[in-house]
Amino acid sequence: MSLAKPDALDINNKQKVALAIGVIGLFILALALFNTNFPNKGLFLTLSLGSIIGGIIMYSREAYLTKLEGIKNDGVWFKSISSRGVWGWIVGVILTTFYIVLYFFPKYLGLGTDGAENTGLISLFDPLSQLLSGRNASQWFVYGTLYTVAILAFGYKFILKYRHNRYQQLRTVSVMFFQLGFAFLIPEFMYVMNNDLPYYDLKSIWPLNYYIFDEWSVKGFLSNGNIGLALLIFGILSIFVITPILTYKYGKRWYCSWVCGCGGLAETAGDSFRQLSSKKMSAWKLERWLIHTVLVFSIVMTVAMVYTYLGYDKNDFWLTRGVFISLVIGFLTLVFAAVMFFKRQELGKDAKYGAIGFFIVIALLLIMHFTGTTDHLFYIKAGALRSAYGIYIGSIFSGVIGTGFYPILGNRSWCRFGCPMAAILGFQQRLFSKFRITTNGGQCISCGNCSNSCEMGIDVRHYAQKGENIVRSSCVGCGICSAVCPRGVLKLENDSMKGRINPTEVLLGNDVDLMDLVNQK
Amino acid sequence: MEHIVIIGNGISGVTLARHIRKLSDKRITIVSAEADYFFSRTALMYVYMGHMKFEHTQPYENWFWKKNRIELKKGYVKQVETNTKTLHFAEGDTLQYDKLIIATGSKPNKFGWPGQDLNGVMGMYHKQDLENLEVHAPNNEVCKRAVIVGGGLIGIELAEMLNSRSIPVTFLVREDSFWNGVLPKGESEMINRHIKNHHIDLRLSTNLKAINSDDNGNVKSVIIEETGEELECNVVGLTAGVTPNIDFLKDSDIEIGRGVKVNRFLETNIPDVYAIGDCAEQHEAIGNRRPIEAVWYTGRMMGETLAQTICGNKMEYKPGHWFNSAKFLDIEYQTYGWVFGERGRPEYEQHFHWKHEDDTKCITVAYHKDTNEFLGINTFGIRMRHDVFDQWLTEKRDVDYVMNHLSEANFDPEFYSRFETKILKAYTNQLQPV
Repeated sequence: MSLAKPDALDINNKQKVALAIGVIGLFILALALFNTNFPNKGLFLTLSLGSIIGGIIMYSREAYLTKLEGIKNDGVWFKSISSRGVWGWIVGVILTTFYIVLYFFPKYLGLGTDGAENTGLISLFDPLSQLLSGRNASQWFVYGTLYTVAILAFGYKFILKYRHNRYQQLRTVSVMFFQLGFAFLIPEFMYVMNNDLPYYDLKSIWPLNYYIFDEWSVKGFLSNGNIGLALLIFGILSIFVITPILTYKYGKRWYCSWVCGCGGLAETAGDSFRQLSSKKMSAWKLERWLIHTVLVFSIVMTVAMVYTYLGYDKNDFWLTRGVFISLVIGFLTLVFAAVMFFKRQELGKDAKYGAIGFFIVIALLLIMHFTGTTDHLFYIKAGALRSAYGIYIGSIFSGVIGTGFYPILGNRSWCRFGCPMAAILGFQQRLFSKFRITTNGGQCISCGNCSNSCEMGIDVRHYAQKGENIVRSSCVGCGICSAVCPRGVLKLENDSMKGRINPTEVLLGNDVDLMDLVNQK
Repeated sequence: MEHIVIIGNGISGVTLARHIRKLSDKRITIVSAEADYFFSRTALMYVYMGHMKFEHTQPYENWFWKKNRIELKKGYVKQVETNTKTLHFAEGDTLQYDKLIIATGSKPNKFGWPGQDLNGVMGMYHKQDLENLEVHAPNNEVCKRAVIVGGGLIGIELAEMLNSRSIPVTFLVREDSFWNGVLPKGESEMINRHIKNHHIDLRLSTNLKAINSDDNGNVKSVIIEETGEELECNVVGLTAGVTPNIDFLKDSDIEIGRGVKVNRFLETNIPDVYAIGDCAEQHEAIGNRRPIEAVWYTGRMMGETLAQTICGNKMEYKPGHWFNSAKFLDIEYQTYGWVFGERGRPEYEQHFHWKHEDDTKCITVAYHKDTNEFLGINTFGIRMRHDVFDQWLTEKRDVDYVMNHLSEANFDPEFYSRFETKILKAYTNQLQPV
């Protein structure tokens, strides 16, 4: 339909001032990037970040506090930035370029190599880095700071936008807290206390944190006495004990939309782009292939990495290559067997794909074990696998595409298509969790607000209009579908496993014998 | 193979088609002049407000129809010839059917106001109304003021739509309080205040007298019946209810009243011709329901029921407990069972009303004054569980039970403030003899 774009949705003058302030802050960063040598870097850095944060705060207050509480989605599909218009593409290109430079050409950001002083943008952040940990900034410090600023400032905006919704406010405060504390400050302070410890964001769990079991990382932990060992054990417990328990009780949302940094950025700075995710069936199919391929890749890669630095002889260390491979295969087989035994019915035809995936992993591991040499695995240099994962998945997929393409693919394309952690959590959420989105009887009017605002591209309406609960592995439990529903149809909740998945078309309001018939397959 | 032809691709017709396909291999054709594919009418407002694009209102992707062998025919049926089982289209072609289902929905009421067909006067029902509104009210430069006539669900939605584009709205409501033919007083008055809080110029007990035109046949102003006041405006929204959209049947043999007359099996007077949804009129009303139910859910239920009949399992339309919902600007409304406003309230129906001090949440519980049987509940700003109330109504619980177990029915998002204790306290106090 060729509807003219209404221009009555212009921002008001105060918002224009707010935008200008924010742009000045960004402009200072741009000047630094082009090697303007500011006299007092601390002052200009404060000015820059202060303007960015101040601009966003002022803009948000004007946007939301001047109106009554409620859903604030007016014009999201008219505004250029949030509907893949010119501004959307411009921001997408800028973000993407930034990520490419950050990951692959940090010297253009001013990173001093071989002991040289930082210049440009990175040097602007030296004073803050000195303040926190007594060392000069790196490109990762710059990135971490901007990332944290984005989550805090846009988190504030999000809290105002949903000021009638306690669930939204609490989880936003939670991601703001975890980003500022766990991802940003604590690692800096840990460095101050013990500068041999590898950087460790405690909330970043393997396999999202794909380098935690790398040789340098494990050595770093092990060479640092009890605290290092404790951290390493915490890392292992995180994925094998803490994660399954919390996911069972609350669904994967405890992580994806309450704790995770990627999720945190997506929910705050990325909120304006949530409606851009594709809801097509074809996108869902692609998602399932992609994310599980990444999961297989990350498991094989991690096992291979650990494998390379283990020995053959159990006299050196009890965990030899043979023992390790057996443990991994044993664990995977146990999980596979348990799922097939208890959940075969629920899986339906997906069981076949699950089985194929399982046997591919086992086959790969066995091939690796029997063809591997000291420094070659799969006939390539052992490190090549790890660096391929780091470049293609860790950098390009999660960063360049995942965040750079926010204004094009939506704010959760990494979480949806690529994150191996999300795949593991989702697998458990689908099969073994108390979490579901309950559909409220027959109240759905198929309006599509839920599907439209689902950042994970779930066609929520497809389930709601049939009176079915939504139990999908990809659901991150952001709760926006429930918030925007005009008829009060959706509720995120943790309840008993029984009756959680109700694939029958229970449309209340019909008399009972009709429903019996409709439900007969 | 039997050919089932459904006129109308709204929720009733599409639900019917889907269920016939589930149950059989019959040939199915859906005819529509309005849109190529099924869309959710209730969501049109969100397209104008920019929450969604039009394609997002379509619950099924375009490949769905072919995959399920549901043929879609775009065309306007101008005549139904039941003795030869033929449809004649305005475009000149014809279509043969074995069974015909009329599911053509409604059209906005017009009460013969002078000027009601001018440019810029519109309902808000069809996709074409949305397109028309986009032409006449794209922004507050082109449309300096809009006047809405008729205080019902569509009227308040249209007000919200125009409000989203900062177009000043005057809202003429015939009744002395918004939608009080349906809502009890306390609720209706709360919504009056909410409308005004959104800076909508709500005029109660006010009727439209005439719509004036400029030299080009466009709306220039409206005249108010009571005061004779002339209000300048560029758009007039007529939202004073809807009527079955069945003019094309006037010359056919199918019996019509206000709607297409049907029995409890949704059959018309002509064999193999049925009617469902908004356009169907029951010979006798079912329970407290109206003979014509222009509601999304009833259309869906009729579609499900008729699919059974058409596929060989003859079945009566027996809707269960009444339920409905709506959203008045920022305030959600749900109802389960029967709660009547002042008008048409049975003498045995007694109410308990509670309102939150923030003036955006309230509930009204209806019960039988002699037996204390729980009859129904209206809730505003608090979500409730459909299945719980459905069960309580079936079990004929008494009002005390419902009030004491209200928390089981709460459906608000996690961490929301809960009001059951306050509500129960108010309820108990009310029962204390003073």
